[in-house]
Amino acid sequence: MTAPDNNEGGLSVLDRPNSYIGRTVPRPNAKRLIAGRGTFVDDIKLPRMLHLAFLRSPYAHAKIEGIDSDEAKSMPGVIGVFTGKDLIDHCTSWQGVLTHLAGLKSAPQSALAVEKASWQGEAVVAVVATSRALAEDAIEHIIVDFKDLPVVLDMETALDPATPVIHPELGDNLTWTREVVGGDVEAAFSNATHIVEETFRFSRHTGVTLEPRGLVADFDPVERKMTVYHSGQAPHMMQAIFAKHVDLPEADVRVICKDIGGSFGIKVHTYGDEMATVAIAKILGRPVKFIADRVESFTADIHSRDHKVTARMAVDAEGKILGYELDDLTGVGPYSMYPRTSAIEANQVISLSGGQYDFENYRAKATVVYQNKAMMCQYRAVGHPIATAVSEGMADLAAAATGLDPLEFRRRNLVADDAYPKTSAAGAPMDDLSHHACLDKMVTMMDYDAVRADRTAARAQGKIRGIGFASFIEVGSPSPLFYGTGGARISAQDGATLRLEPQGTVTVSIGVTEQGQGTEAIIAQIAATAVGVAIENVRVKTGDTDNSPYGGGTWGSRGAGIGGEATLQAGKVLRQNILHVAGAVLQTGPDTLDILDGAVVDKQGGAERITLADLGAQVHFRTGELPNDLQPEFVATQHYRVKGQPFVLTNGIQASYLDIDPETGGVTLLKHWVVEDCGTVINPQLVDEQIRGGVVQGIGGVLFEECLYDEDGNFISATMADYLVPMAAEMPDIEIAHVETPTSTSELGAKGAGEAGTGGAPAAIMNAVNDALAPHKARVTTHPITPERVLRALGVI
Amino acid sequence: MDETTVISCTVNGEAVEEIVPARLNLVDFLREKLDLTGSHVGCEHGVCGACTVRLDGVIVRGCLTLAAQVNGATIETIEGVTATGEVADLQEAFLARNAAQCGFCTPGMVMSAAELLTVNPDAGRAEIRDFLSGNYCRCTGYQAIIDAVETTLAGRKNGGSTT
Ligand code: FES
Ligand code: FES
Repeated sequence: MTAPDNNEGGLSVLDRPNSYIGRTVPRPNAKRLIAGRGTFVDDIKLPRMLHLAFLRSPYAHAKIEGIDSDEAKSMPGVIGVFTGKDLIDHCTSWQGVLTHLAGLKSAPQSALAVEKASWQGEAVVAVVATSRALAEDAIEHIIVDFKDLPVVLDMETALDPATPVIHPELGDNLTWTREVVGGDVEAAFSNATHIVEETFRFSRHTGVTLEPRGLVADFDPVERKMTVYHSGQAPHMMQAIFAKHVDLPEADVRVICKDIGGSFGIKVHTYGDEMATVAIAKILGRPVKFIADRVESFTADIHSRDHKVTARMAVDAEGKILGYELDDLTGVGPYSMYPRTSAIEANQVISLSGGQYDFENYRAKATVVYQNKAMMCQYRAVGHPIATAVSEGMADLAAAATGLDPLEFRRRNLVADDAYPKTSAAGAPMDDLSHHACLDKMVTMMDYDAVRADRTAARAQGKIRGIGFASFIEVGSPSPLFYGTGGARISAQDGATLRLEPQGTVTVSIGVTEQGQGTEAIIAQIAATAVGVAIENVRVKTGDTDNSPYGGGTWGSRGAGIGGEATLQAGKVLRQNILHVAGAVLQTGPDTLDILDGAVVDKQGGAERITLADLGAQVHFRTGELPNDLQPEFVATQHYRVKGQPFVLTNGIQASYLDIDPETGGVTLLKHWVVEDCGTVINPQLVDEQIRGGVVQGIGGVLFEECLYDEDGNFISATMADYLVPMAAEMPDIEIAHVETPTSTSELGAKGAGEAGTGGAPAAIMNAVNDALAPHKARVTTHPITPERVLRALGVI
Repeated sequence: MDETTVISCTVNGEAVEEIVPARLNLVDFLREKLDLTGSHVGCEHGVCGACTVRLDGVIVRGCLTLAAQVNGATIETIEGVTATGEVADLQEAFLARNAAQCGFCTPGMVMSAAELLTVNPDAGRAEIRDFLSGNYCRCTGYQAIIDAVETTLAGRKNGGSTT
């Protein structure tokens, strides 16, 4: 615990009377969304607003020899046509590198392709018209003289000397490489009783936010102020980026995020089409709207995953892990994404894989290469689905080699719950984790013996049925070491300002944002608890750089851990401020008073002394009645960042139970269980629904989702009919339980909950598939595990 | 220039007459001409269900229907069914169960679920899952939505209360 709260008489602030921590309360903004009264960015209409559409490269790699847009310019409704060259002076280029990722290199990237297009879908020409339809009409009349260049698609050959180099100025197609070594892997392998080896492949995914990316950029040429309504997760980060590249002071750029239709890490990057929109709004001095259509989302949103990992694990005769090594290769498109870079996912894989296990000898290498496919960057659970699927796939192989039940193998190898703080073999600091408690809870919750008996019975009837587990760790609440240290203007700190209004209500302004997770609800719960008011009397404002304390926004499972703690601390200060004034007004010591349910009460006995509404009225309107030496401050701001650790880890275990159809190869998910330790649970329902949604996104990745390219680099699954995301009928019911080990880095003790579902589900399901296939001597380690891959493994086709 | 046509229809109980481009689809008509922005556009190719609205009593994809086709028709959107209170119990159940996260799919989901409530009042969980499979939700994982619909069905059977 950090600063003890002296006013609680030994009780944690979380245990205050009428605490909302740990209670399910409905989200204040959900009612509006359910009534269809949300404001998503495409719902915004401004006077004289124009619409943008883009001509995008139909080629994966092509030189732009000339652009003829004369005819388009005279089309009805067309206000302007802009090429990459036209925008060079209005929007500076950028490079997706971070200084602390040594050796990471990337070519400069512009809002629109200038000399050449480097992936199919890269924006080449922007057309502004009075409607989107008219802008699209005009695009039909633009002739771009593209000259085909050789394409680099296969990450496995990207570094071969015979492969063309995408950006000759970089020298080769290597983005970044890093090796992590802990202990003595060679000795470990030479002492092993069993050594298991496997290769895993993970397809390319994308986020498919149901609301596509979009923005409205509104430039006032008189005041020279830019307002951007953005479907995004990180308003302050975007403020800094827009300001820098269209050359405005940050203070004159306002970014507003209203309702966001899903983000999952897709909406926290710098996209050329969005930068072009802002630059063009500045040129024209009028509001300009760009909303990606679905095909644009598929081809121009960031992608993720696309890894090939070979791994080896050494165990002794008792099944104790002696050593673990892996080689990760990933292809990230033609540029490293700005400003977070495209090296983080691979870095997470090698930093985290196997971190749930107690072993000392580790070697992992990441190789990140360029290719002519869509750009890749951080999508929900960054790296974890890969890190976990590999370690858990290897754990099951090692268990089988040793003749152990998969859970028994995990019991013997998971880090003991009392072993923290600890540093993993990869060098990652670990604290406050509970693998064994989670595993025990899982055994009880799912009734493992009964499920095993059911599997035996089903197999006796000819079913191909399996059970799979995944123990995992998951990074949340990233510290400044993640991005800021490397030079990116991405805040790891967030502030909360709490204000007591004259009527006794509390207004919270906060930097973390809402995209449906329930950020506003949990912030209101924490504020209500910390100050001592009913939750109905708390209003939360977020997503507006003009009105929120500076902060990083919501990503990396940081909303509760960082935004929540800032709110708690600000709430405590505000309560003290209020009690100080109340003490003076009531002529008693502030420490004999408390605030409960919107009124100042006697700490002993709880008798009501004055309501906050009365106190508010007195302080704001009848200030003359106050002693002259008393200056009431009914506003408090506190900031919070994670200190001394690179991040706050969470942990848990997932289990999957499924059937495979021997004829179609299709997987039917019968049931899925999750035990998660995200520290203090602020709102059980919201946490559980974050986990369920995350699990289903992980299921999409392991069973359905695949960005498919043909041999020319054409993206051939770029519609919702071809890129399959989970539908209601295919999804299982998901049962969830919690172990609560509060993080010792904060008083609130909350860790992130947004990503663990996605990080662990693919591993559990892959293991269940391979458990089902084991009696048939078949295995699948390529994701997605499609019916075709299953049938091939079974030798049916 | 766009070819246009004049349409008259009833939208959420109000008579509407508008000149529309022949190629304009129904959801864009509702959103852009009538400012009924509760219906959303998620794919514009008939897969995601975010644009679901009711046309002459039956749900349709607003992105696959042309505005020109609805001449003389009756259209109801999320704004309309919210105002009449027809789905108040369903919406209450969505709220209580946190069946909406980002809320982008939700209006379409509510429109589809409302149809299920009337056409198959005896639907079990699997049937609810099947019926709603034309509406994608990327946030919730569906379970909360299925729960909310199940609760509403049960409530209607018990005489109109969702609790
Ligand atoms: S927008 Fe109509 S189905 Fe997706
Ligand atoms: S709540 Fe976000 S898509 Fe359903």
